[in-house]
Amino acid sequence: MRLGLVIDLDVCVGCHACAIACKEWNASGTIGPLSDYQPYGAEPSGVWFNRIRHYEMDEYPNNKTINFPMSCMHCEDADCVTVCPTGASYKRAEDGIVLIDQEKCMGCNYCSWACPYGARELDRSSGTMKKCTLCVDRIYDQELPVEERQPSCVLTCPAHARMFGDFDDPDSAVSRTVRERGGYPLMPELNYNPTNQYLPPRRKPVIPVDTKPKGGLKESIKQFANKLVRR
Amino acid sequence: MHPAFSVIFFTVASGAGFGLFSLLFIADFFKLGGGFNQDQLVAGGLMAMALVVFGLLSSTFHLANPKNAWRAFSRFRTSWLSREGVFAVIFMPLALIYLASIMFDAPQWLRVSSGFLTAVLAWITVFSTGMIYACLKTIRQWNTPLVPANYLALGYASGSLLLLLGAVGAGLDVTPYVAMSALIVSIAAVLKAIYYFWIRSPGLSPTINTATGLTRAKVKLLDTGHTHGTFLTQEFGFQIARQKASLLKVIVFVVGFALPGLMLVWVFNQHGEQMAAIVAAVAGIAGAAVERWLFFAEARHVVNLYHGAQRC
Repeated sequence: MRLGLVIDLDVCVGCHACAIACKEWNASGTIGPLSDYQPYGAEPSGVWFNRIRHYEMDEYPNNKTINFPMSCMHCEDADCVTVCPTGASYKRAEDGIVLIDQEKCMGCNYCSWACPYGARELDRSSGTMKKCTLCVDRIYDQELPVEERQPSCVLTCPAHARMFGDFDDPDSAVSRTVRERGGYPLMPELNYNPTNQYLPPRRKPVIPVDTKPKGGLKESIKQFANKLVRR
Repeated sequence: MHPAFSVIFFTVASGAGFGLFSLLFIADFFKLGGGFNQDQLVAGGLMAMALVVFGLLSSTFHLANPKNAWRAFSRFRTSWLSREGVFAVIFMPLALIYLASIMFDAPQWLRVSSGFLTAVLAWITVFSTGMIYACLKTIRQWNTPLVPANYLALGYASGSLLLLLGAVGAGLDVTPYVAMSALIVSIAAVLKAIYYFWIRSPGLSPTINTATGLTRAKVKLLDTGHTHGTFLTQEFGFQIARQKASLLKVIVFVVGFALPGLMLVWVFNQHGEQMAAIVAAVAGIAGAAVERWLFFAEARHVVNLYHGAQRC
């Protein structure tokens, strides 16, 4: 099994609900808490497994806002695991989930240097590195109904921009969607072989933008007068 | 990258210590300039080991959870950080055997073989330190064989200047020591110059387009999504002005290489001027510290692409 996420950049509305749901579940999860520093202070900061950034692609009038959620990619060739000197960082053979053993981590930050996606964050309160667990404490939980055995971020997404599944199975929903929509990994040139895939924004017809019609002399005077008069 | 003081101190001090120890063995083996006596060799060796130990201790100060530091020896097969720790720890008893065989007049074969092994291990350890940085594909400025080469050259340059200071203090013939220092310092200067030229445009590198996969048009950051700084901005967001970096490079070359070179000439002409040897050693190590700070400050981690950098 090779578990991971598919994120649809065409659909994501950038509401940050996935990040909030992630924080809510994992703050009390297996490697929680996720400490906050000055949550109500002047410089709020803290540990998050999932961060959403916002980009603009292309220029007016063809521009489009892309909301970009990012968490651990659970790479096939995860350098964060190989560089770890203590053996705290490991990749599970059975499902490919990359995890950090909180009992072994010495907080040297080296794994975060090896990660190109910024998926790992040091928790100052415990002195250990923390990262997305793909809700490992949820997806195998027999107590939960089958449809809820998914990562928090996927369950909560109001736009259904996130999918969870097994990429080793060519007929799984994630594999099929990636095939059909031309899903791609981030920064493939570094050869980390990330498991998570992103679906590109669809091409949309360009909305014609007409130039403003020219008014006559009468219109110009009216506009000039409007500028002078304070209402 | 954020330049952490403890790591800078660690790499400079342990590099100089390992360099000093291996060159001390060479000086002892060839009896350079008449050769140090027993007490001087032991004192020099202990000083080198003290530099290594202080360096290693300081490196634990940047750990957020140092109680697990002992586990760092467990991933020798994959991690350069682990390898460095293991080699540094094996170095210690071997170095002590070498120093003991000098002190207690052990048979020559034991003295030479333990000394040789210690010197080789010192070389391997400094190489591993360099590889900790050079193996990271995420930082283009580090992902080059020039990095371990620079670490070795600078460590041995600092070590050779310390050894010269010892030779002057012991009243030996300084000619071979000056020659050795001059050679190593020039090699270090040349390698550093190549490195500085290389990082001005370090080949193919990821861009904001490959980082987001949006390759069909220009991409720019609208919002990072966080109110204040995060772990990522603290650790990787550090940026140095181009002008300041250029100034520091001049300082590295003037203080770290040119000044010690000038002092070497002085030591040679005056047949062992102690003050000049002290200035050479202090300047060489100070230059190495500035170089190390700049090594971190100039490194640009690819995660900056997600925070708006167009390329790294």
